[in-house]
Amino acid sequence: MATVTQPEAKVAISTGNRAVIHVEDIHKYYDLGETRVHALRGVSAEIGAGEFVAIMGASGSGKSTFMNILGCLDKPNSGRYLLEGTEVSRLTKKELASIRNRKIGFVFQGFNLLSRTTALENVELPTLYAQITKTEGETRAREALELVGLADRVAHFPSQLSGGQQQRVAIARALVNKPSILLADEPTGNLDSRTSVEIMEVFQKLNDGGLTIVLVTHEHDISQFAKRTILFRDGKIRRDEPVGARPLAAEVLKNMPTLED
Amino acid sequence: MDLLAIVRIAMRALARNKLRSSLTMLGIIIGVGAVIAMVGVGQGAQQQVQQQIAAMGSNLLFVGAGTVTRGGMHMGWGATKSLVYDDMQAILRECPAVKAAAPGSTSSAQVVFGNDNWATRLNGTEPEYFDIRTWPFQEGTSFTQGDVETGANVAVIGETVRKNLFGATDPLGETIRVNNLPFKVVGVLSPKGTSAAMGDDQDDIILIPITTLQKKISGQNWLRWIMVSAASRQSSYAAQQQITSLLRDRHRIRTGQDDDFFVRNLADMADLADQAGRVMTLLLASIASVSLIVGGIGIMNIMLVSVTERTREIGVRMAIGATEGDVQRQFLIEAVVLSLIGGAIGIIFGTGASYLITETLGWAVLISPTAIVTAVVFSMAVGIFFGFYPARKAARLDPIDALRYE
Ligand SMILES: Nc1ncnc2c1ncn2[C@@H]1O[C@H](COP(=O)(O)OP(=O)(O)OP(=O)(O)O)[C@@H](O)[C@H]1O
Ligand SMILES: [Mg+2]
Repeated sequence: MATVTQPEAKVAISTGNRAVIHVEDIHKYYDLGETRVHALRGVSAEIGAGEFVAIMGASGSGKSTFMNILGCLDKPNSGRYLLEGTEVSRLTKKELASIRNRKIGFVFQGFNLLSRTTALENVELPTLYAQITKTEGETRAREALELVGLADRVAHFPSQLSGGQQQRVAIARALVNKPSILLADEPTGNLDSRTSVEIMEVFQKLNDGGLTIVLVTHEHDISQFAKRTILFRDGKIRRDEPVGARPLAAEVLKNMPTLED
Repeated sequence: MDLLAIVRIAMRALARNKLRSSLTMLGIIIGVGAVIAMVGVGQGAQQQVQQQIAAMGSNLLFVGAGTVTRGGMHMGWGATKSLVYDDMQAILRECPAVKAAAPGSTSSAQVVFGNDNWATRLNGTEPEYFDIRTWPFQEGTSFTQGDVETGANVAVIGETVRKNLFGATDPLGETIRVNNLPFKVVGVLSPKGTSAAMGDDQDDIILIPITTLQKKISGQNWLRWIMVSAASRQSSYAAQQQITSLLRDRHRIRTGQDDDFFVRNLADMADLADQAGRVMTLLLASIASVSLIVGGIGIMNIMLVSVTERTREIGVRMAIGATEGDVQRQFLIEAVVLSLIGGAIGIIFGTGASYLITETLGWAVLISPTAIVTAVVFSMAVGIFFGFYPARKAARLDPIDALRYE
């Protein structure tokens, strides 16, 4: 079942304009004194519009590094990254900021919400950096919070929210500028299994709406909610396969016990 | 991101650490307050001197008999006998920049009224003198030109003389004895106070017709001075030149030879005093600005701490689309808001301190709009200058490093 990727073949396909993300032989290393740590050792992949990809792999296999590069937060040492056909390495810092603002929504493992700032204001944050009026930004932020099921928590501070709720706020923030790609680095890493499935329900709903999603997860169960899984090992892609019998998170939730029961 | 939104974020960030923000502001408050108060004191003094000089008479020129050395100090005032009444008439006739002139001669006098006795200055002049010096009467009037022609024994007295000789008695119409000659008091001058330029009591004086003084008291027929008023303040320099060349001509002074008279221009003195005042104001302001700079360093310090503390926040903002410029602007505006609020409080504080100075020390303090505008601009500049480096530091952060910062 291990399908090792064939870079040559992939490159040929890349000319197809349906590819949202196209990476080619990406290398990333960190120089620490005399030693050099290789985080990515030649990663090539292609992700099309509307895909839902789960990235798996052991700790330290380079998943976060890869996600940061996809999210235009970090740059590879070598290799090509085309985002919707655009060569990312040629973009200026300002253009990268604009892409992070509008094209990509990023959900961090550690939520990364601003403390002492309400849920609504946290979600509004990306709209401040987009050319959007204050009222329009607030409307969108409320809509995004509603989408993740937190309409009744707008005025709460992160410290007054549960982990799952905080993660939903972070997802709402990633969605507020209506990006075409959602990148989520272990969005369920700190959550219990039921809350995790709830988050996956949100993701499936968004994906059904046409959003391209790439998420990193340690848990096999969670990866099965995606349509495709990619396995990382030692900075390389070891396996890339579609998910066979994909469960619907909404269905799974119905059969899961809640704590009140 | 629009400015208003950034200002709002900055205010919120500052409100989060109220004590820290207010302590940082204190530096600016003291700095701006000190500048406002010091400039106020300086400009107040400047204005007071100017007012006193203006009170001496409008567009006044003083022509004195005597030589002047090169340094501008006049030597042996009244030592020469060459300045005469005809000179004054020539000045009136031939100097177009001159509007009016009054001759003068001076003597000391012992004045007696009843049992009271007072030593004072005795000036002989013409009625024109009071107009030239814009010196009003509190009682009575000047002696007349007719009095001058006849050499009448009439006198105008200053406030100090009135106080010392008459006390509560009405001096008008009373006869005083000046150097043993009887004089009828026809007028009392309004008090003029101590002169700013010379520091003598201008009210300690008796004025009589010049002819009376020359014929009956001093026995001299030359003048000690001529008081001249120019047509306007601007023309006073022209008047000075015209008088100088006219008198050199009349006194037959050849080129290279020293004048036997001197012409002093009040506009000159006003400029001189103005310059001195400006230097003093500048000196005071620069001493006070040192505290403003210290306050600015305080802002820089706290902004650097703030950038370090909020590294993760900066990372988050960058990750969701803030550009370097956005981050830099945010911290810069935070510094500017800090310094502007400090500046505003400093203005209130400085104005209060100025009133306190006026109340307790009795100094004239002038709070000019220029000083306030300057203070606002200055405190904003301090915020920009000292906030720039921390803001730059924040903007230069790498988003990944910032997000990973513990
Ligand atoms: N800033 C850095 N400096 C040095 N080495 C780094 C840095 N960031 C990542 N690495 C190294 O790169 C490798 C890949 O790290 P990465 O964070 O991508 O792993 P991961 O797959 O996300 O692991 P986990 O599942 O634990 O999050 C690791 O060996 C890590 O030590
Ligand atoms: Mg990771």
